[in-house]
Amino acid sequence: MNLEERLLHGDKRACARVITIMENNQKKAFEIIRNNYHKTGNAYVIGITGPPGSGKSTLTDRLTRELLNRGKKVGIIAIDPTSPFTGGAILGDRIRMNDLSLNENVFIRSMGTRGSLGGLSKAAQGAIKVLDIYGVDYIFVETVGVGQSEIDIVKAADTVLMVMVPNLGDDIQAIKAGIMEIADIFAINKSDIDGADKTQVEIEMNLDLNQGEDYRPPVLKVSARKNEGIGSLVDEIVGHREYLEETGELKKRRKRNTKMEILNLVEEELMEIIFSKMKKESSFDAIIDNVVSRKLDPYTARDNIIKLI
Amino acid sequence: MDMPIRVLVAKPGLDGHDRGAKVIARSLRDAGMEVIYTGLRQTPEQIVAAAIQEDVDVVAMSILSGAHNHLFPKVVNLLKEQGADDILIIGGGVIPEDDIPELKKSGVKAIFTPGTSTKDVVKYIENHIKR
Repeated sequence: MNLEERLLHGDKRACARVITIMENNQKKAFEIIRNNYHKTGNAYVIGITGPPGSGKSTLTDRLTRELLNRGKKVGIIAIDPTSPFTGGAILGDRIRMNDLSLNENVFIRSMGTRGSLGGLSKAAQGAIKVLDIYGVDYIFVETVGVGQSEIDIVKAADTVLMVMVPNLGDDIQAIKAGIMEIADIFAINKSDIDGADKTQVEIEMNLDLNQGEDYRPPVLKVSARKNEGIGSLVDEIVGHREYLEETGELKKRRKRNTKMEILNLVEEELMEIIFSKMKKESSFDAIIDNVVSRKLDPYTARDNIIKLI
Repeated sequence: MDMPIRVLVAKPGLDGHDRGAKVIARSLRDAGMEVIYTGLRQTPEQIVAAAIQEDVDVVAMSILSGAHNHLFPKVVNLLKEQGADDILIIGGGVIPEDDIPELKKSGVKAIFTPGTSTKDVVKYIENHIKR
C-alpha cells in the first residue's frame, strides 16, 4: 500500500508522515489532500486557546477522554512556539496527554509555530485536513499560549474554547478588544483557586454588554486536574455545534474561514514570489539604502518595488 | 531551517530526575531542532506511540535508574515491530561502560554518559539521522 492508501486505512504512521510532508511543504501532501478533499468536512474542529499555563493541554486531555467515553475518535494538534532565532522549539504539550498516546482512537501531533505569529502554526490548517481524511470525529487544535491578540484560531475552528484562569487581571481586561471577542465558550480552569467567581462575574458582565447577538457564550468553571466540570463543558461544545448547525451559522462560519484561508495561501505564495525576485534584483538593495539614508520614503519605495515586480 | 530535525526526548522508567533530559532538550532546541518533550516515567509503549505520531527522526532517552539494559532494547524492538526502525535511537544517563557494547548491539546507536558536551550530541544527531 502506498502512503495515501495507508492514510485512508487509518494507519497512524502514514497519518504522521503525511502531516510531516505537509509541514515541510512537499507536493506529495498537497496531492493527497487534493485527491481526498471532497471527503473532508466531517471532523468538527475545536480551538483551545488561552494564556500560557492556563491548563490548555490538561483540559484538552480531559475533554478528549470524555469524547472517547462517548464513542468518538479524536485528533489533537498541539502547538508551541518556535524560536525566532534558531528555528528550534520545545514541544511540551504531550506531557499532559501521555496516557492518551496509546489509545487506538486518539492521534496527537505537536507542532512548532515555524514563524507564524497568530497562535497557530503555518501548517495547522493542512494538518486538520490530514486528520479529517484519516478519519477522526473531533479535532482539538491547541494554540500556543496567547496574550491579547493572537486570534488566528478563529480561522481554523468551528468552536473556540477560551481557557481562562482566576486572578490574571482586573475587570478592564475583560472588556478589552481582541482575544476575548473570539470565544464561543469560556472555561475558567483551576476554579478551585480563590477568585474564580470574580473572574466569572467579570466575563458575564462583559457579555451582558454584547448587543444584538443571538448566541451568548456560556462561562463555565472547571478544574482539569480534578476532572471537575468536564462533562458539562463537552455538553456545551456539542450544544454550540448544534446551535451552529441549526441556524446555518456553521456554513457561514466555514465559508468565512475558507475565504480567509485561500486569501492567506495566495498571500503566502505572492510573498514567496516577491522574496525570490527581490533576492535576484540588485536594485532592491539600492532602494533600501535610499530609504535608510532618507533619499526615499518607504511608501515611494513600496511603489517602486511593485513596479519592479 | 526548512525541515527541522524532530527529536523525541523521553524518560523511560521510574527515576524522577529529568535535569539532564531538560538540558539536552534545551541544547537541541538551540541547535534548531524541534524537541518533543514527553517528560518523566514513560513506558516503552508510550515512547514508541509518541515517536510514531510525531514522526520523529530521533528518539533520545535518558535513564538514571539502572533499568537501561531492559528498557532501551525494548523501545528499539517495539519500534522495529512498527516498521519504524529508520528512527535513530540514542541514550544517555548514568550507564556503566561495561553495558554500552551490549546496548549498541541491541540497536541503541549511541550512548552519552555524564560529562558529554551537548555540542557532541547535537553533532552526532546531525551526522546520523536518516533523511
